[in-house]
Amino acid sequence: MSILVFIEHKDCVLNKTSLEAITAAQSIGKDLGLKVTAVIPCDKDCDLVQEIAGYDLEKVIVAKNEKLGTYTPDAYADAWEQVIKATNPQYVVMAHTYQVRDFAPKVAARLGREVVGDCIRYTAESGKLVLTRRIFLGKLDADVTLGGDAPYFVTFQSGAFRGDNAEKGTAAVETMDVNVGDVRMTPEAPFQEAKASVDLTKSEIIVAIGRGIKSQENIAIAEQLAEALGADIAASRPICDSEWLPIDRQIGSSGQTVAPKLYIALGISGAIQHIVGMKNSGTIVAINKDAEAPIFDIADYGIVGDLFEAVPVLTEEIKKAKG
Amino acid sequence: MKIIVLMKQVANKDAVLRIGPDEKWINETDVAQQTNESDGYALEEALRLKEAKGEGEVVVCSLGSQSAKTVIKDALARGADRAIHVVADDANKLSPYQIAKAIADAIRDENADLVFAGLQSDDASYGQTGVILAELLGIPHATIVIEVDRGSLGDTLRVKRELESGWYQWFTYKLPTLLTIQSGISQIRYASLKGIMAAKKKEIRDVTPSIEAFAGAQTIQKVYMPLKTKQTQMLGNGDAKAGAVELVEKLKTEVRVI
Ligand SMILES: Cc1cc2nc3c(=O)[nH]c(=O)nc-3n(C[C@H](O)[C@H](O)[C@H](O)COP(=O)(O)OP(=O)(O)OC[C@H]3O[C@@H](n4cnc5c(N)ncnc54)[C@H](O)[C@@H]3O)c2cc1C
Repeated sequence: MSILVFIEHKDCVLNKTSLEAITAAQSIGKDLGLKVTAVIPCDKDCDLVQEIAGYDLEKVIVAKNEKLGTYTPDAYADAWEQVIKATNPQYVVMAHTYQVRDFAPKVAARLGREVVGDCIRYTAESGKLVLTRRIFLGKLDADVTLGGDAPYFVTFQSGAFRGDNAEKGTAAVETMDVNVGDVRMTPEAPFQEAKASVDLTKSEIIVAIGRGIKSQENIAIAEQLAEALGADIAASRPICDSEWLPIDRQIGSSGQTVAPKLYIALGISGAIQHIVGMKNSGTIVAINKDAEAPIFDIADYGIVGDLFEAVPVLTEEIKKAKG
Repeated sequence: MKIIVLMKQVANKDAVLRIGPDEKWINETDVAQQTNESDGYALEEALRLKEAKGEGEVVVCSLGSQSAKTVIKDALARGADRAIHVVADDANKLSPYQIAKAIADAIRDENADLVFAGLQSDDASYGQTGVILAELLGIPHATIVIEVDRGSLGDTLRVKRELESGWYQWFTYKLPTLLTIQSGISQIRYASLKGIMAAKKKEIRDVTPSIEAFAGAQTIQKVYMPLKTKQTQMLGNGDAKAGAVELVEKLKTEVRVI
């Protein structure tokens, strides 16, 4: 019995969250007495093999088929189905990336299973895992158990485990030729939108607004604060979705990742997709009227209250302090 | 052309959540409800696609208690043509596979050309109902779709998927197919007065699902407030203005940015 861990890559360039998945799988393996095998879908003897074989794993399996060169959910589902049927794993562990969200539930469903997704930690109780997931956009945690027989599919949130804690070792390498049936979608090449006109990654101070700002007109009060501080304006996704600010101001998993000296979050709840884009900021300030808002979990300073009361005072006091 | 749009009623984003007596979900009574955010965008995109094509039918499907009628009526007022309500109380006790199975049974005979869903719900956030449904219906799927090339609609459809960190990718899908829609795909219209009046005459078909036990189901054992990991200095003690004054002091003496 073993644990399979998915190695995600694009043209044989590793997606680093896969190392977090290796760490998670190794940890579960120790707790449950299971060996870990890495699985790399690829159209060739993947260039990544040697790098991954340098981790403490029982085996690295390259699931090979010419249709696995560019990701498609159909090809990946077919490949995974065969690897799972051939190896009979107890657990299948993956990082909760956009690609995994796309194909993992399909593989699980085909095998009459579902995915316990986006977990933040686990405990092992009498030989089985209890997984913790964030629900209600980060406001609550839920402990979840898995039903039925193996294999159990588990994905972990980015940052739940540290990639640099993955233990090194040597693993055997095996190629498994897999069959891929009809692929009902045709991918084009991935691309980035025209270069963002604002590069927030270089900002020293960021004032970020969320849905709590309520209307486009109200953005002015955040801009005044930003001006007083010499800061750049950024936003959570709903603000950009509403086109109140352009998309190149968006912070988070589908926007920019920043680490300024100071990040002030105004009316932002702190959903994980936002937090991954700013959690490495030097100092985080959160102003939110909800004392339970998850943003306070990562804030150094917090003000529970109405941002429309706090921000004008803040701006005035900063101006005074700066003279 | 027929598009089915899956829509779910969830707790309002600003609602104060209380944990229910069994500690397995929130106490839903007295919690304001709303349409799940990305589902609203899914409906909007379906309406725009129909308008671009100049013909077709948009059918809303919601699984939930009678209270989900609010979501359905709002969708009809915005322009959906009719609705299927898969009536299930305590839907929060169902696992994603069970939900997808009940919906599959309810819509299979519709033989839709397209099925749209939001990319995940803002309550349980399983993020897989759409994908499982596609597998059960035997049709392909794309998740996190942020643009639909409406002009390309024919036997195939070209859609843009959001990847991480500002990357995107176009895919062309044979129809029928299922798309899970990302928030922000296009600006959502409000229901007009005319739309609200017209909605009153639109069909809402209630379906009672036969929900089967599912061995592989995940089960929530306990919900609780997240454990705090960081020591946050709380300022102002509930007084926002006092907090602002204290914060400036901290920015001066501790953070040293002023
Ligand atoms: C695949 C995927 C990708 C995503 N990518 C991103 C991304 O890149 N970036 C991103 O930000 N999100 C992203 N999201 C969305 C994310 O899940 C959240 O929905 C979003 O971050 C919420 O934004 P918010 O905090 O502004 O809004 P909400 O969650 O609605 O929070 C608003 C907050 O404002 C507070 N508030 C309201 N009024 C006031 C007031 N007067 N004074 C003070 N506080 C007030 C409320 O208490 C609340 O906490 C993504 C989601 C998915 C599924």
